[in-house]
This record gives sequence, C-alpha cells and structure tokens, in this order.
Amino acid sequence: MQLVLEKRAERSTTIALISPLIAIGLTIVTLCVVFAVLGKNPIAALAVYFIDPLTDGYSLQEIAVKATPLVMIAIGLSLCYLANAWNIGAEGQFLIGAVAGSWLAVKTQGTDAGNWVLPAMLALGAVAGALYALIPAICKVRFGASEILTSLMLVYVADLLLDYLVRGPWRDPQGFNFPTTAEFDPVATVPTLIEGGRLHLGSIIALFVVAAGAVLLGRTIKGFEIRVVGAAPRAARFGGFNANQLVLLTFAISGALAGLAGIIEVAGPVGHLQPGISPGYGFTAIIVAFLGRLNPIGILIAGLFLALTFIGGEQAQIAMKIPLDVTKVFQGILLFYVLACDSLILYRFRLISTSPKVQSGAH
Amino acid sequence: MLDTTSAAQHTGATPLLQTVALTKRYGTFLANDKIDLDIRPQEIHALLGENGAGKSTLVKTIYGLIQPSEGEIRWQGRTIVLSGPADARAHGIGMVFQHFSLFDNLTVAENVALGLDGKEAFKDISARLEQVSRTYGLPLDPKREVWQLSVGERQRIEIVRALMQNPQFLILDEPTAVLMPQEADQLFIVLDRLKAEGRAILYISHKLEEVKRLCDTATILRGGRKVETCNPKAETAASLARMMVGGEIKEVKAAASRQITVPRLLVNDLSLAPDDPHGVRLEHISFELRGGEILGIAGVAGNGQDELFAALSGERLAKDPGTIVIDGHAAGHLSITRRRRLGAAFIPEERLGHGTAPRMRLSENALLTGHAIGDMVFHGFVNTAATLKTVDRTTETFDVRKAKRDPEAASLSGGNLQKFIVGREILRGPVVLIVNQPTWGVDAGAAAVIRQSLLDLAAGGAAVLVTSQDLDELAEITDRIAVMFHGRLSVPVPTAEASRETLGLLMGGSSIEAPEAPHATRA
Repeated sequence: MQLVLEKRAERSTTIALISPLIAIGLTIVTLCVVFAVLGKNPIAALAVYFIDPLTDGYSLQEIAVKATPLVMIAIGLSLCYLANAWNIGAEGQFLIGAVAGSWLAVKTQGTDAGNWVLPAMLALGAVAGALYALIPAICKVRFGASEILTSLMLVYVADLLLDYLVRGPWRDPQGFNFPTTAEFDPVATVPTLIEGGRLHLGSIIALFVVAAGAVLLGRTIKGFEIRVVGAAPRAARFGGFNANQLVLLTFAISGALAGLAGIIEVAGPVGHLQPGISPGYGFTAIIVAFLGRLNPIGILIAGLFLALTFIGGEQAQIAMKIPLDVTKVFQGILLFYVLACDSLILYRFRLISTSPKVQSGAH
Repeated sequence: MLDTTSAAQHTGATPLLQTVALTKRYGTFLANDKIDLDIRPQEIHALLGENGAGKSTLVKTIYGLIQPSEGEIRWQGRTIVLSGPADARAHGIGMVFQHFSLFDNLTVAENVALGLDGKEAFKDISARLEQVSRTYGLPLDPKREVWQLSVGERQRIEIVRALMQNPQFLILDEPTAVLMPQEADQLFIVLDRLKAEGRAILYISHKLEEVKRLCDTATILRGGRKVETCNPKAETAASLARMMVGGEIKEVKAAASRQITVPRLLVNDLSLAPDDPHGVRLEHISFELRGGEILGIAGVAGNGQDELFAALSGERLAKDPGTIVIDGHAAGHLSITRRRRLGAAFIPEERLGHGTAPRMRLSENALLTGHAIGDMVFHGFVNTAATLKTVDRTTETFDVRKAKRDPEAASLSGGNLQKFIVGREILRGPVVLIVNQPTWGVDAGAAAVIRQSLLDLAAGGAAVLVTSQDLDELAEITDRIAVMFHGRLSVPVPTAEASRETLGLLMGGSSIEAPEAPHATRA
C-alpha cells in the first residue's frame, strides 16, 4: 500500500473552510507536547492560553486592541498574496506609518492645533506606509528584484530610523533620558470607545477595512484582476490586466493599511512613539492572512484568534512562568500547519495498492 | 527503403505483447474496462479513439507508468508485472511521447545520455547515437543544442533515444501531430523498416488516412472499452470515425454564399523581436483579411504562430500603430482590451491557463474577456448576473456539458471547455476573430460544432483568422491559406488551389525565405 496525494477535479470548499481548524487542532496537539517537555501541565496551560482571556472584560477589550493592527495589516497583505506579490515587510511599513504620523504629533505638541491633527496624522501614516511599500514594489517591477528580500530588509531600516528619532531629535526632554517622545496631546490621540477602557476608534476603522476588503475582492473588477493575476498570470495578461500595475497597487494598499495601523497603535493604546511599539504585528499578520484563507471575513476571525494567543501568552508567563517566546513558537507552528493543510484543498490523500516491487523513478 | 515483408506474414505468430482484460479504475471511473489487445511481431498496430477514450491510460499501463487495477500484461506469452518505465525498457518496450522531454540548453547527445538507463560512457553513447541515426536515416548532429532544432528534429532525438535501447516493441503517441507532410513520410519509411526488422509498433493517431496507409491492424477504444479490432485498410475513414464516435459526425456546412466585404484586419510589414531567447522573430508579415472571409495559417508548431497571436491580440505591443489595423483603426499600440473594444476577439491555443484561469468559475472566466465591453462591469463593480447570463447563453448555444451551472474551468473536459471559450468570444459578435488551433485535442463532435460556428461567424460578415497545424481542418473551413515558417508568412493562396504538396514545401520553408537573406538563424 502506498499513500499518494491525488489532484482533485475541483477545489474542495469543505476543506477550504475546515483546513484552518485542522491546522489549529494540530498546532494545539504540538503545543501540548511543548508544554509537557517544559514540565507544565498541558491542560492547565491551554486553559490559561485560550480560555482565561475570554472570561474577563479587560482581556476581551485587550484582544480587540491587539486584533486591530493584525486585521488591518493582514487585509492589505492578503491583496498582495492573492496577486502573487510577496510583501513580507509589513512590519517596516507599520513602523514608518507610526513615525510619519508621530512627526505631526511631535511638531504640534503644546500648540493650540485643533481637531485636524489626528486625521492628518492618520493620513500621513497611510501615505508614508504606501510610499515605503512602493520601494520594493518598484524595484520588483523595474529591475526584477525579489520583493521578498527587499521588503524584509526595509523592516530593519524602519526599525533603526524609529530608534534614532526617539533617542535623538524627538526625545522627550522631560523623559528622564528614556527613548520615547512626550505623550501625545489629546487632539493627537485616537479616542477610546468606552470611558476609561482600552477599546478605541481604531477597531471600528479595522472593521471598516474588513468590509471594504470584502467588497473590493468580491464585487469589483479590480478585485477580480488581483485574483486572476495571482491565480493564472497568463490568463490575466490575455484578459488585459497589467500584472506590474497590480503589484504596485497591492503593495501600495497594503503599505497604506500597515502604516495606518502603525499610527493608530501609536496614537491610541501606546500614546507616544517609542521602540518596541510592535510585538511583531507585521509578521504575525502574515499568519493571520493565511489562517484567514486570504478572505476578509476569515482574516477578521483569524486576527481575533491570534490576538488571543498574545494575551494568553502574557498570562501564561505570569501565571505559569511559561516563556513568552512560546507564543512565537505557537504562531510559527500554526503557519506551518495552515500551509500544509491548504494542499488538501486541491489534493486529497489516497491509499493505493502497488506491486511489491520497488517503484522506479524514471518517466 | 523497401518493405520486404508483407502484412499477412505475421498471422499465426505468438503475440509479442498481450493485454488480458486490462482494467484501470480511478475511483468509480473506469479509464480502461477489460481491454484485450494482441500485438504481434512485424505489426504496426493502430490505437484509435477520441480524447478521453482511454488510449493514454492503456499505453501508460503498458509502459509501466500506471499500475493496472485488474487484468494482466503478457510479454512473449509470459505474464509480467512492470514496476516502472525502466522495467518496461528492460523488457524491450520503448515509448515516444507526444510531448518531448528534452532540455533545450543541452546538446542532442547529452539529452540522449540523460535518458538512457545504463552506465555507458558518454563517448560511446555519442558514437552509438551517430550510428543508430545513420542506420535508420534519422540524421542528427549530436553536438547541436536542442533549442536550435526544429520540432521534427526534436522528435528524431526521442525516436533515436528509444531505438538505442533496441526495443522489440515501440509505442508512438501521435508522432505526426507536429510534423509537416514530408517529415511524416520520412517517419513512415523508418517505421516500415522497424517493422521489417521484426519489431512491433503501437501507433496512436487521430489521422485516419494515415492509419489506413500505414497500419496493419487497428484497435478502436471508446469510453474506456474496446469497440473493435479491425484491418484499417479494409475500412473507410468514415467507418473508422463512426466506430470512434459511436455515431455519425455532423457534417460541417459552409453557407451557400458568403459576401466578402471590406478589409477588417490589415497587417502591414509587422516585425517583432521575441521576448524570450528561444522565441521566434516575426519578420515582415503582411496580409489583408476581409469581412466574410476565413484565412488559414498553416505551419509546423514553433514557427512564430504563438508570437503572431501575441502581436495580433495585443498581449505584446508593436512599436508602430499602423502595423496592425483592426476595422479601420490603427491598433498596433493598443492593449488587448482596447482591441476588443474595436470589435476583435481572440482564442488562444492553450485553453487552461491562457484562455481561462483554470481554478476560477466559468462566470469569472466569462468576465476575463467580457469586462472589456458590454454590461458586465458598472462603475468598477461586477455585474454577477450578467456574467452568469453569458455562461448560460454559451452553454445553451454551444451545448457545453458540465456538472453544475457554474463550475471551475478546470473541471470541464477539453472539448467542452473549448466550446465554452469559442462561445464566449463568438456570442459577443466580433467583427474580427483570431483563433489559434481551434480544435486542438478536442473530440470530433465538439470539433464539428466549433468549425461550424467559425463558418457561421464569417457568413455573418466577420473576418476570421485561423491558425492550425491540421491541414484537413484548414481545407475544410478556409477560403485562403498562408504558411508560416521561421517567423515569415507566405503570400496567401486560395484554398481550392493549394495542394498538400505545395503547402508541405512551404511548411519546409522552400520559398518563403527572401533569397538574399543568408538564413537568419538565431545566433
């Protein structure tokens, strides 16, 4: 008997829906092994990770706060990935958006600037993110440079730029030499939705982005172009769709969304610019995009789930002394299983009987 | 070369290869259903059938690529189980595939060496290659790189490679599909000689006249079952076709009179460098195509037909707008979408991946070309109802058979998908239709529907350009024929006056090349 992968006649919609669930299941099993090896009780650890955060109001709000940047970035990334453009540098675009928006907040600090400051900051963040994402996109279209490498490398450039600014020109004079800007003025801050709570306007913007993404992909000709160019490049050219243009467009959109997420994060939950504003949102969003099947609604769900792992990871560190890095291990394993399970959408396993002789590899 | 043995001589000999109730099942689908086949030494045995009849499955099973579900293969009377192609070759079974497996950037000898099983030294292989190719009249230069060779020469490499294993039994899968008539004749001489040496050949072909001329026996498959084994020389092409299809094929009828009107497509001295180093340069192509007219372009594959399609469709743009004029508008610089808006429609050769996005629904594939004109897109939003309506209309008019209303393109059979693509373009009512290999790999029934629709379109006043390697098809539907060779196009001649011999010579490049150009081979 032999186990083979056989191509399906048509993609399986059932598997497309349950493949993320299978992946999550396999990840949890693997995680249990990891916990056991660390000498922790797997059941207790899982409860701390996945159940406890859902049982109190503060954690629920925190999940939405963490999911906001993840979902916004992942929606943009999903457009890139559907178009076969591999933007790995959302983390950098996130940081550049945060820096560009913060510039205005720092410049208007202490002045009597009006309510226009926050909208202008958001716009600056989005534009800066888009421009930053266009660098690898133009290099790809113009010179054939691999966008995977260039977009990834620009993450470090953005990281160091932010580091320089908060340690140098933008450092808060009253900040006891900590590398951070002063707290943003109220007009430069994203308002919260609940008095005294953490949930902020950014979550509403994220929901709007999800809806816009769903309409773009499902209802418009541009969305169709994006999908065809990734699924069948030659057919796309035959259809009259310009692949290079779509690379630029999807990179620009995803950069803009990452940049917007960046400035919302800084002007919202964080309240000032400092290093470490992102626990790797730009990278985790890649997992969110794939776990959500590159589908806006799926991404919303996947974003909430991965936000849960951030919160659960923090609580597990406090309650059970499980290292925070286990969260990253979890996310990595999850992406691995998601991609593996996805092959079942187009293929299926079959047991076939073979003659006892060894198969020859020749064709 | 003389055929020293008569066809009758093999009767009574033990079969060289037999299949007994050979069955191959994929799930509940029977690709091969209890097929009995006897192949004797000194026999050229034809295997006939439409696409999907089970021919490929049968020969792949015999060549060890597929394991049978039931039944057995007997070699010289003994039951054998083949673990793979190497095992089949060790027994003396060789195969030449329709699609070549050659490395373009390697030499002939290197390609042959890669395909051989033994541990022979490269020098010996080269020597043996030269000797085999000389013996059988298949001239090959072992040191040439494959990309420089014509399709016919590439096939020679495959045949010589198979012969170097000294097979007793050779399977050929549609060997003449890519050859021009003269090349095919040379191949037949080689096959007769192999037969005279006592070898057996299993010959897969769609070309019934060829089978009648060459083969001693023919086995016809239909829907995975064996229909008949007969002597093709005693049958007519029509009776063989009936057995393949299981009924009469609808005769294609040209309209009684077609009105030839104004020029719809003009190509003026079109030259275009290839965008890929192994592509063909288009050189000084000019022709005029009027409304109501069907112009055929014959030629062996790889002589610039794909490049011409890309240039005419606008997938690649010409520098000078005036080189291509569609319905009175200079269009050489226009995108494919804008050419569609001028009333042009295009059908590429490759159905999956070029004409359609395989993993997308038919409605989405209707949108692929339909977005250019009509009511499918409104202010950037897709009108799903309109795309579905196109699917329904195409399905109805062109009898597209599918499992549900809106399946993925890849789930349709070749013939049905081609009918969908042709319908999608024709129902838009184009004034110029440019179609590449309209019935390539399509079953006879669908081919008749497609050819009829091209004739009807021309009768309605459109100009149709058909590129095909199938001379019979071109003879059936075109008014004029031109031949493509090395990126040049011959002057079109009326189809009624074009003999196969003339076309064959043109396909070999005898009079297209400008006399002063010293054979502009790619360096």
